[in-house]
Amino acid sequence: MSPSPHPDAPLVVIGAGLAGWTTVRELRKLDATRPITLITADSGDFYAKPTLSNALAQKRTPEQLVTTPAATLAQTLGVTLLAHTRVERVDTTHFTVSFTGHDVPTTLPYRALVLATGAQAIRVPLQGDAVSQVLSVNSLQDYSVFHARLTGVSSSENNSKPKRPSILIMGAGLIGCEFANDLASAGYRVRVVDPAARALAALLPEDTSAQLQTALQDLGIRFDLGQTVIAVNRSESPSGAALRVTLSGGESVDADVVLSAIGLHADTALAQAAGIACERGIVVDAQLQTSAPGVYALGDSAQYQAAGKRTLPYVMPIMNAARALAATLAGQPTEVKFPLMPVAVKTPALPLTIAPPLPGTSGGWQASDAGEWHWRDDASTLRGFTLAGAATPRRAKLAAMVTL
Amino acid sequence: MKSFICIVCGFVYDEAAGRPEDGIAAGTRWADVPDSWACPDCGVAKADFETVEI
Repeated sequence: MSPSPHPDAPLVVIGAGLAGWTTVRELRKLDATRPITLITADSGDFYAKPTLSNALAQKRTPEQLVTTPAATLAQTLGVTLLAHTRVERVDTTHFTVSFTGHDVPTTLPYRALVLATGAQAIRVPLQGDAVSQVLSVNSLQDYSVFHARLTGVSSSENNSKPKRPSILIMGAGLIGCEFANDLASAGYRVRVVDPAARALAALLPEDTSAQLQTALQDLGIRFDLGQTVIAVNRSESPSGAALRVTLSGGESVDADVVLSAIGLHADTALAQAAGIACERGIVVDAQLQTSAPGVYALGDSAQYQAAGKRTLPYVMPIMNAARALAATLAGQPTEVKFPLMPVAVKTPALPLTIAPPLPGTSGGWQASDAGEWHWRDDASTLRGFTLAGAATPRRAKLAAMVTL
Repeated sequence: MKSFICIVCGFVYDEAAGRPEDGIAAGTRWADVPDSWACPDCGVAKADFETVEI
């Protein structure tokens, strides 16, 4: 395959989340001088995204979550940063990206391009006149809006009694459970609605789900399982709550804030418009290259051939992919090899570490020691595990026993 | 005793608690945590942590 026609052009990275910044950080360890331009629609400030769902109980404000301001990172890493700039078009034939910078239409050639465009929160269609009030938290910006809404409710003066605001969470998955725990620990009243029959149904054995639910219920969290939210309307309820939520079971529930946490879908819009192959994510081969020469993708936007065509919207896969991609970009073609990547669920009421089996593996969960479950295939080989509570420290020991 | 946060994933190392499961006893100062130790949640190196007061 012929290289790009712009040997002197910069490496262009689109997206300043963990995937974008980590690729740059890792590349700089291997190549201190090549020009890099990072383009991002947001500020580019660096923050640890997993902290968004456990910042409230620690009373951390959105500003405090920024670990490194974008300008500092750009300077340290020697990057030209174009913040608050949305790339409008990628031209894979002429190896250029186009955007509007300071009201001036600009086209920039690239030597190589990294798409680190991340994912968007999935939203289901709802009825009602207050659907626009439903929030999702998938970025620091989203968290600022959420935080401001919570703070506004807590300090509202229209009620003489101090009020414990009520939050309704749509989704009892990983992010829904983490937010539920965090909100309850911070003193909010929390209800969780999910069409599944149990919490974290996609990841956990049945009895671990039950333990997690019990631990969260002990914090006062209420689960409405086997149900969906049908409508969100403005409320005129005497409770003063802003919203009235109708559940599929027929019940109507007052809530001050409704948080939708039902999952993510890869942001493939830019890649698709450029004619780059996309399925559930931007399709990348083992070297993280897309269907277009010189164009790579990683992070929440990518669908990895190296991971059985899955998207992997977690931290550890990003770190592994960024290291491999940095080596490839530095001239050492490298395939990403994903090790076993256990996911830590930050629910302090019952901390969990889950190493799910590869999709398509046939087998099932078996209870082992207290707080420990093994996922064994039909030949009884260990393919995954779940550790709960006091058992989570056994993570390293178990990870070493798993056959990938 | 101080706490240190992983800038990538937000994992917190608390000196008072240590990390017994990784062979790091309670009360182990950050400076005495081996350089080979990596964040248990995301795998980044010790060098990618920074000090925070939580």
